[in-house]
Amino acid sequence: MLDRITHAQHTLEEACTKLGRPITIMEVCGTHTVSIFRSGVRSLLPERVKLLSGPGCPVCVTDQGYIDAVMQLADREDCLIATYGDMIRVPGSNGSLETRASHGNVKVVLSSEDALQLARENPGKNVVFIAVGFETTAPASAVVVKEAAAEGVENFFILSGHKLVLPAMRALLSGMNDRIDAFLCPGHVSVIIGSGAFAEIVEDYHRPCVVAGFEPVQIIEALAEISRQLAAGTAELKSLYGAVVTEKGNMAAQGIIAECFEPVDGYWRGLGRIAKSTLALRRQYGQFDAFGRFGLADGPGKETRGCRCGEVLCGLIEPIQCPLFAARCTPQTPVGPCMVSSEGTCSAWFKYGRRK
Amino acid sequence: MTAHPERILLAHGGGGQLMSRLIHERILPRFRNDTLSELGDAARLALPSGEICFTTDSYVVKPLFFRGGDIGKLAVCGTVNDLAVSGAKPLALSLSLIIEEGFELALLDRILQSAADAARHNDVRIVTGDTKTVERGSADGIFLNTAGIGVRLSNADLGLSKVRVGDQVLLSGTIGDHGMTILSQREGIRFESQLESDCAGLAELTCSLFANVADIRFMRDPTRGGLAATLNEVAEGSHLSVEIDERQIPVRPEVQAAADMLGFDVLNTANEGKFVAVVSPDAAGECLRRCRDHALGRDAALIGAIVETRDAPLVELRTKIGGRRIVQMPYGRELPRIC
Repeated sequence: MLDRITHAQHTLEEACTKLGRPITIMEVCGTHTVSIFRSGVRSLLPERVKLLSGPGCPVCVTDQGYIDAVMQLADREDCLIATYGDMIRVPGSNGSLETRASHGNVKVVLSSEDALQLARENPGKNVVFIAVGFETTAPASAVVVKEAAAEGVENFFILSGHKLVLPAMRALLSGMNDRIDAFLCPGHVSVIIGSGAFAEIVEDYHRPCVVAGFEPVQIIEALAEISRQLAAGTAELKSLYGAVVTEKGNMAAQGIIAECFEPVDGYWRGLGRIAKSTLALRRQYGQFDAFGRFGLADGPGKETRGCRCGEVLCGLIEPIQCPLFAARCTPQTPVGPCMVSSEGTCSAWFKYGRRK
Repeated sequence: MTAHPERILLAHGGGGQLMSRLIHERILPRFRNDTLSELGDAARLALPSGEICFTTDSYVVKPLFFRGGDIGKLAVCGTVNDLAVSGAKPLALSLSLIIEEGFELALLDRILQSAADAARHNDVRIVTGDTKTVERGSADGIFLNTAGIGVRLSNADLGLSKVRVGDQVLLSGTIGDHGMTILSQREGIRFESQLESDCAGLAELTCSLFANVADIRFMRDPTRGGLAATLNEVAEGSHLSVEIDERQIPVRPEVQAAADMLGFDVLNTANEGKFVAVVSPDAAGECLRRCRDHALGRDAALIGAIVETRDAPLVELRTKIGGRRIVQMPYGRELPRIC
């Protein structure tokens, strides 16, 4: 294993020397962010290789307007909120789900199935599943919507905040951050959408895209492959996660997403409105749509003053450049979502040391 | 007709006949010893001479029963371990129960029996106790409190001020077992696994170490907050840094898999049958050997060393791939994550 790392380090060094400039690579997957920090990948890279954590953490990219909609639901006596643990500490304009949870109407679930089960067990309550995440969690939301429809469960709803990763990558390259040389492409998302999905980034923007799994060695090898391409002046699509990721992806999962959801324009924290980037329930499943059922607006929210999570997400600044970081904003008292989620960039920086 | 299970009534804590029956039929027979049987307002104990160590802890674990233990065993072992890592031989414990109205008596019996078994295994006596009942909704099933006293072994002179650069860090076994087991059986998260809590009393092992190995500088059980919290406490209290090697830290594969699945860091995950010791370099080998000779220390390992502080005392981890990172003090509750 250490041989592979040494080899990759050599490739990176050579590329930096040949290019004579720093290399900037963005990862767009929260699990990559955590793995990179947890295994100390940065400490093994040449000084001139800069890793940016982009919009890959589902909680972090969620707009304040959506969070405020969640809070409105949590305040309703007739609602029971089922949420992934990540969302529970995200601050809304007034408190978080964790503070609301003291009333007993917020439940942490590990899967969408658990949320639907809550609805079956609590027929007197409107159970709303806080459906966030990328293409990885969207199929699970679609499955329970179909199940609820088949069973005729009338007290189950989802508040879809599901996001698509490609529109965000395009938005970044279309003027938001032109310093990004290449993408380390997400493992889990690629299992669903297929590695071939990133071909458009390579073709349209001439940026290397390399898919990797979560083993730190494979991540470093992916970075080396990217640097090799950059040094050679090429841009290719490659997958090192061959055992798990296919070019076409999981067609069944793509099918069920398409059956239940349609891409609509949506708001992203830091990135603003991005066309066709958010999944909304299709009309035929409208009865499960919490936005419609509870009259919630899905507009842009007002972000907390001073919080620079948006710029962190775009890779424009590093957490340490935010005045709130490690001062007013810590994992105990998070101000922005990048500090809340364990895979948020600010949280990872705080937790695993701010070395580089 | 189905028989209704017998349940705790408020009157069970009311000081009258029901309470007396509870004590005489369910508690005394299990913990029987002369001191407790006197049912005095305070236990009278004749103790060996020496310094007395005294500790208390409350137990509110959910679920009450988990693979590898339950709240009763935990309440005894936890307090035994607090005494053990302080360099004491545990002698006597108190046991207090706060029980919610409606709690099943059969469950109470199981908890009491397992506390009694744990006390016997750890060679401590439960010498005094208390039972309170609270209205339904005022507690979640049952809460336990134990306090314990022990006598400090004469050659166990521990303290973070005694820690020196070059001292070795010994971990008595695998980490994360308790925390991940509890999580795997918790309402709302539950998943199938073969995980088992490491809940165990460590006094026999620690007493044998103190009796035979000189220069053990410090010892603590990495419970809540896990190894990360304990090592950060060592760094902070000794004003020295701690460097550990991830490859030396024993973790069961199934524990690692569960932690990875939920996005948890095993370093932050609770243990209930492990200790961390800071030992002089000369004594480290002997200490490790003695640990490995004992059933509860079979997986013991030297995981790192105390090093000079550069800017501020911190805990640094050399990762499996040769990278370095800082191990922060965990900040309380960890949450499972998605994606």
